[in-house]
Amino acid sequence: MANQVTLTIDDLTVTVPEGTLVVDAARKAGIDIPVFCYHPKMEPVGMCRMCLVQVGRPMVDRATGQPVLDADGQPKIQFSPKLETSCTIPVSEGMVIRTNTPEVLRAHRDIIEFLLTSHPLDCPICDKGGECPLQDLTRAYGPGQSRFLLDDKMRLAKHVPLGELIYLDRERCILCARCIRFQDEIVDEPVLSFYHRGRSMQIVTYSDPPFDSYFSGNTTDICPVGALTTADFRFAARPWELKNNASICTQCPVGCNTTLNTRREVKSGGKWVVKRVMPRQNELVNEIWICDKGRFGYHYAESGERILSPHVRKEQGLVPVSWDEALDLVEQRLRQAGAGTVTLAGGRLANEDLFNLAQVTDHLGGRKLLHTQVGGGEYVQRYGLGKGSNLGELGKGDAILVIASDLQEEAPVWWLRVKRAADRGAALMVLNPRPTRLDPYARFIHHYRYGEELEALGRLAAGEGELAEAAEALRSAENLVIFYGSEGLGLAETTALAREAAGLLAGSGRAGKVNSGLIGVWQQNNTLGAYDMGFRPEADLAGALSGSGLAWIAAADPAGDHPALEAALKQAGFLVVQDLFMTRTAQMADVVLPAQAFTEREGTFTSGERRVQRFYPAVAAPPGPLADFSIAARVGLRVGIELEGASAATVMLRIAASVPAYAGLDYALISEVSEQWPIIGREDRYYGGTGYDNHQGLGVQLQPDAVTDPDGEVSIAMAAPAPLQVPEGAVYLAPVTRLYDQGLTLKPSMKIVGQRMARREVWLNPETAARLGFGAASLVTLEGEGWTASGVEIRVDEQLPPDVLLAPRSVGIPATGPEAVRLRPLVTEPEA
Amino acid sequence: MSDQVYLLLRHREIPDLDRLEVYRQNEGFQGFEKALQMKPADVVQQVKDSGLRGRGGAGFPTGLKWSFLPNNLWPHYVVANADESEPGTFKDREILERNPLQFLEGLMIACYAVQANTGYIYLRGEFWQIAAWLDEKIAELEQAGLLGDRILGTDYSLRLYTHLGAGAYICGEETALLESLEGKLGQPRLRPPFPAVEGLYGKPTVINNVETLSNLPVILGKGNSFYRQYGTDRSPGTKIFCLSGRVNRPGNYELPLGRTFRELIYEHGGGILEDGKIKAIMSAGASSTLIVADEKALDTPMTYEMTDALGAPLGSASVIILDETVDMKWLVHKTVSFFRHESCGKCTPCREGTYWMNHITRRLNSGQPNPEDVELLVDVAREIQGKCLCALGEFSTMAVLSGIEKFRSDFNGS
Repeated sequence: MANQVTLTIDDLTVTVPEGTLVVDAARKAGIDIPVFCYHPKMEPVGMCRMCLVQVGRPMVDRATGQPVLDADGQPKIQFSPKLETSCTIPVSEGMVIRTNTPEVLRAHRDIIEFLLTSHPLDCPICDKGGECPLQDLTRAYGPGQSRFLLDDKMRLAKHVPLGELIYLDRERCILCARCIRFQDEIVDEPVLSFYHRGRSMQIVTYSDPPFDSYFSGNTTDICPVGALTTADFRFAARPWELKNNASICTQCPVGCNTTLNTRREVKSGGKWVVKRVMPRQNELVNEIWICDKGRFGYHYAESGERILSPHVRKEQGLVPVSWDEALDLVEQRLRQAGAGTVTLAGGRLANEDLFNLAQVTDHLGGRKLLHTQVGGGEYVQRYGLGKGSNLGELGKGDAILVIASDLQEEAPVWWLRVKRAADRGAALMVLNPRPTRLDPYARFIHHYRYGEELEALGRLAAGEGELAEAAEALRSAENLVIFYGSEGLGLAETTALAREAAGLLAGSGRAGKVNSGLIGVWQQNNTLGAYDMGFRPEADLAGALSGSGLAWIAAADPAGDHPALEAALKQAGFLVVQDLFMTRTAQMADVVLPAQAFTEREGTFTSGERRVQRFYPAVAAPPGPLADFSIAARVGLRVGIELEGASAATVMLRIAASVPAYAGLDYALISEVSEQWPIIGREDRYYGGTGYDNHQGLGVQLQPDAVTDPDGEVSIAMAAPAPLQVPEGAVYLAPVTRLYDQGLTLKPSMKIVGQRMARREVWLNPETAARLGFGAASLVTLEGEGWTASGVEIRVDEQLPPDVLLAPRSVGIPATGPEAVRLRPLVTEPEA
Repeated sequence: MSDQVYLLLRHREIPDLDRLEVYRQNEGFQGFEKALQMKPADVVQQVKDSGLRGRGGAGFPTGLKWSFLPNNLWPHYVVANADESEPGTFKDREILERNPLQFLEGLMIACYAVQANTGYIYLRGEFWQIAAWLDEKIAELEQAGLLGDRILGTDYSLRLYTHLGAGAYICGEETALLESLEGKLGQPRLRPPFPAVEGLYGKPTVINNVETLSNLPVILGKGNSFYRQYGTDRSPGTKIFCLSGRVNRPGNYELPLGRTFRELIYEHGGGILEDGKIKAIMSAGASSTLIVADEKALDTPMTYEMTDALGAPLGSASVIILDETVDMKWLVHKTVSFFRHESCGKCTPCREGTYWMNHITRRLNSGQPNPEDVELLVDVAREIQGKCLCALGEFSTMAVLSGIEKFRSDFNGS
């Protein structure tokens, strides 16, 4: 622990760790010093000059080195002749700070007056109005009247797109550089910069595409004025009309804490609607940041394509029916199917949904299957992060291994946290078949050949060859966190990879330790919760579905994912689908049950770090759909098992009673909060930005099984993957994840992020493309095992290894794992 | 009439001094060769003892500045500040154009003293021809074995590089200069850390003005007692005074420190144009506090310690002479326009304050000012003072406040 320093701020004695900045020390003591450019997450720059204070230091006799005392025997304090910026000065022993003398208040007033000479004062039409630091601080410290003549104001561009996601209003910008510094210091994607100088200085973006960063939205939160706004929220609502509702992001397994701002509005027919997604502080998970997918990808919940009533297949196809009619039929068919029931759940469902589905399925003696292309959850349950872990604490002396993951694409905030840990000195090892955006921070990089991830991990474990040094760093690390992803991998490969990675962790004696553990980079947000509730992936999913008496599919679209699964579903005895949308699977169903979106109900998700977190209802559900746990409870009641269907909180009590890892959990515990640093408050947004503070729960991290049951073992009946043989004329296809995918939960946000979405294209090394006889931009048809995909564009990238074809997931290329595929030129009709 | 003393502008007495063989025939590189035989710490000590003070404006003791470099952080860098941008300053240019080898020798001595193996010369963008010229000279020195690896058979190696700025006054400020040299936008850094500890590329760095460096061959070559016979005890040596404004013979005058303004203006400068009456002196270019040119001021010795007597610093000794024909509100408009144009924009008071002041000075000179404009101008200038990130913001208020205070009648009725 750092040495403590005691100082006086406005007659208050404050003790803080050495190195604390005066502005932060004041903050901790509850004394507000106004700032614009300073942000507690970034290095100080002392540019805006708003935080000027009077600084006194004890006088020291130069000859003796002793403090000079006054008549009362107190140390004499020497005040510096000029005011100093409190954001740039670290505290020192005996320091005396004055933040409210007439001179200091005059300085605050002067700086505000200066800033307002350039500011348009268009608060009435500004998106920031109502939550604007400049507005707030002007009211608190400003002169109230301007002596600057209106005619002398600069007129500047007010609608400058920094890309299609973020807009700049040059008149409002006070040139604090928070956005520039966020991109540079925090994200290390320095795509923003100042250009020109003096009053002509402006924020510009140098990247192509412009403002090329997955974190761009955060700059609008920390912008202390309305200069940066998102395309999504711009002119959409006034902050004071918004209600805030705590939620958890559903786009990936990081589980970022969010606040959904909602408004009841005429243009939506008097309904409450989500107007924007904001980060909610959880220093253990996402700090005060979220990625752009999380910020802009919420529109699916409000999509007009939602299914609003139960449907039953009749002669004319699927027709809307009452819940009773639909459930009557489901009951009848379930009773017939009995143990032949196969329940297939997606990782999007909440724990409460999964629990109730599992209970019904178990009651019938059916099978509980998990729809996922990433496996190995059993190992994460056993060797996941120790309870009390925080990636934000990893640093010098710790090691992080990321294998088979393009982490920025798969889980951006994890990428950010891992990068920051490396910045703090953690030894980062990146094992991946191709370069990724994580490589620049890695101490050890190893690019293995696609398909050789196990060998690469084995070489690392053995410390062979070029990996000897990495192996040593790994051995000697205090804490070790291993991320495994699905770069080029499918279910069998990731399961095998998880086993090896778990072995490495357990073998090094770090099982269950705080700040050590295994993290699976899942493709859905609650895959781990599904494992916890008893769902397991099945290698032969097609076989399981085709042989089922009744397939009950919840929050999954197997038919849309792969033609083989579509064919299998056709052979299922009966098909029940519960979902938000009329997916391809739902269109085949005998009964379709409409589910509520996460914005309309409550529940919990278990993040990849095994943190159980609550989300809350933000808007009223449309009449018709029910929460998935409610649907399962109703079905259960009909087939003879009584489940909690009225409230998610009571379902959690049942979970706590029957799932050992969740023992003792309840919603009150999950909702507990403790003080976090920095103190982000809605009352003084100038300090941390407009992100929300957390009153609704930091969540509870689960204890890994390795701690609760040290003698237990993981057993998985899944065959190891056979090495892939690529026949002559074929090429190795590796499925990869793109952040902006074309999945169900992002596609409805097309109008915002559409330009950046993964397209129907595959990527090759240019030489490989040439060898196969295709140039960049040519269109081809891919032929895989049991599927073809046509109209696929060839793209080349020199950084890619040879003889491999990268296929983004979700764009209609159904490969679920590595596969040998053939390419044919797309045949177009000859012109007449 | 006292003569000028040519320690720096020696080319005025020695033709072709810019040619290596001529320079060497005239004691060239003797200072550097002597230095190479000394311990670096002894070179630092000798420069400390010489009393040499920085000629860029601040007058900080050069040897002391060097001694701040920590010896446990390497490499060290020396950067020659050849960004000469202060309005009314044109001394470095003459040295660089006419006596480049003495400057280079001085830079080499400085590099040796702090054991830098790389030195940079940061030149203002308009000096592109000089940069090319210096590159030729550096190449010649490399050929002659005076630069490069293992110079003159010693273990010491040194390479020099020129770098051009892009036309920003702020890049004469040493931390902005470093930013620019690193390829970034020229804006001052926070201090501390000071460049002596965290300078170029985060390494300990000495930044010295061209004229300062040009003194070093004399100090090392001829010794401190020779050097100290010129100037005063606290301001030893000679100084190049850049005389401009309403005088008959503007130009560079190299005089021992301690001569009076009167001598500079009337003996060397030939007096005021059209036999006019002197009104004010700016001793440090556009950054000057205006000095009322009364008898006392004219008889004040020009030294670094004159600030105490006149309330105005010597600065870079860019002495601009203003006579009765000059309207101070016009002058203030000129200086404020300059600083508004050159403000880097990093800190609020300078960026917004110079812009605001410029609007007021324009109105004052338009003949249609608002009644409260003079008071407002004083207020804005005072609001800027004491709040800026670097000295440029403060500079912008010097002529404004001293002009209005001392020449109020020029602003009345405007």
